Amino acid sequence: MTLKGIVHKYGKDNIDTDVILPGPYLKIHDHDELSKHAMEGIDTNFAKKVSKGDFILAGNNFGCGSSREHAPIALSHCGITAVLAPSFARIFYRNCVDGGYLLPLEIDKTALEQISDKDTLQINIENNQISDFTNGKNFPIFPFPPLIKKIIDSGGLMYYRE
Amino acid sequence: MNITEKIIARASKRNSVSPGDVVFADVDKLMIHDVSGPGVIKVFEEWSKKGIQLENVWDPDRVWISEDHFVPSADRISAENITKLTRWAEKYGIKKHFKYGLGQYGICHTLSHEEALVLPGEFYVGGDSHTNTTGALGALAVGLGHTDIAYAMMHGRIWLKVPDTILFNLIGSIPEHIMAKDIILKIISDIGTDGANYKAMEFGGNAVSKMSMEERLTLTNMTTEAGAKNGIIEPDSITDDYIRQRTSEPYKPIVGDDDRHYVDEYTYEIDKLEPIVAKPYSPQNAAVARELQGVEINKAYIGSCTGAKLQDLRSAAQILRGKKVKIRTEVLPAAQSIYMKAMKEGLIDIFMQAGAVVGLQHAVPVVAHIWVYWEKMRSASVLPTGISQEGWGTWNPKPTWHRLWLLLRRQSKVK
Ligand code: SF4
Repeated sequence: MTLKGIVHKYGKDNIDTDVILPGPYLKIHDHDELSKHAMEGIDTNFAKKVSKGDFILAGNNFGCGSSREHAPIALSHCGITAVLAPSFARIFYRNCVDGGYLLPLEIDKTALEQISDKDTLQINIENNQISDFTNGKNFPIFPFPPLIKKIIDSGGLMYYRE
Repeated sequence: MNITEKIIARASKRNSVSPGDVVFADVDKLMIHDVSGPGVIKVFEEWSKKGIQLENVWDPDRVWISEDHFVPSADRISAENITKLTRWAEKYGIKKHFKYGLGQYGICHTLSHEEALVLPGEFYVGGDSHTNTTGALGALAVGLGHTDIAYAMMHGRIWLKVPDTILFNLIGSIPEHIMAKDIILKIISDIGTDGANYKAMEFGGNAVSKMSMEERLTLTNMTTEAGAKNGIIEPDSITDDYIRQRTSEPYKPIVGDDDRHYVDEYTYEIDKLEPIVAKPYSPQNAAVARELQGVEINKAYIGSCTGAKLQDLRSAAQILRGKKVKIRTEVLPAAQSIYMKAMKEGLIDIFMQAGAVVGLQHAVPVVAHIWVYWEKMRSASVLPTGISQEGWGTWNPKPTWHRLWLLLRRQSKVK
């Protein structure tokens, strides 16, 4: 699987689900409506500047806080296909994988430091590699555990057969 | 194996498991509430568009629902969500539906223990991040998102990664001015809001053995604030007494083996602790109450799954007895049954005599505050890092309330 797009960088650690999709919108269950409020807690223009196939690059523990699945739904309905971060909060990670919304890709600190906002990236999941076309560098992705990779390849938990 | 590993091994029908293993495990109990429930129903709707139908819930008797976050409904969407949830529960034969204004109801996590809906040794999943709370009963209690809950609802199974476990050894006598809230805030301020990411937090030691069930529940409740997958305490006679006062249903308690392993161990001497307050905007931002003498308090809220159990209300009443409040003070017992017990003990009378408003459990104050604080932070361009560990927005009074009372008393805000 190869993905290509522009990265939107929010280098902070602990970007929580209340930043990704603020609490007051929790009762909304319409996916398109939710996507208008994606990342509103950190960037009110986010939904407007994202194109289909884009990525987010963020610091440690992305998606911490409440378990709301609204967060990955809002991001994926904006067009985001992968979030790159050194670590993710547990429930956010599960929601991304199991819902088949987007890929939570674990990267190392070097990638976080060296990839800049608006860089064009190509991500190869099979080779576990990120190629940054803007600065010409390559970075590794930590591979998914086998069961999780199978769920991703199935298109989400609902399509997975044990 | 420790208790977390042993429960996962039992639920996944294996002789043993080790941290890092990814397994499918059988679920014993499942909870949704009026926010996660409609989200789960939405997942079923999406699935059905793709040809995957929910014919039956795997076991309707093992599923329960609580209306606790948007009741009474303040707007159309919330009201519709409640109706949708009700119709759905009826269709799939889910009888344990705790409805607002219909007998016992309250915060989902409070009901899990007040009604003994979850028993020691069980694997329990809930559609809320504070599902961890129920681990105090000696159960593996894990919060999941909508898709995971929907899958578990359909198949009675879900995948799990066996977590590393950190042991918190709490030792020594517990002084009267120290509550479980002080202990857990101290721990969170030491290890950080991501200090237990992906991990289990187990509490043991002679201070825990002496602790009441309600206090133990405060410890496990706030493991969520440290990022933990679950919080857990081995069941003992206090657990059994608590359960037996509520149900005669049989259960098989599980405790760790003698050669159990922990990835890390911390020891806390409880008699050396001081009362602690979590300052805005993170539970990690703790300070001893003594250092906050000059801070003026504008409002007080005694509520939530952490702070409005019977013992919490008793401690607050002890301070308010015979005094008058000088700032707006709201008291919201966490469940109908707790409200009734507090009334019988005369606690409600004390609060009302003091001038506080006593309401039924509902999330309106919490939700209303979210807007105010969120807007404020946004306009001040303060980036709210790690602040909403509480599950409900950028400000939640939960971590601090009973320490607020100590401050109130010291500042003579309470006459
Ligand atoms: S933490 Fe607050 S919002 Fe979450 S269940 Fe408890 S009371 Fe409700």
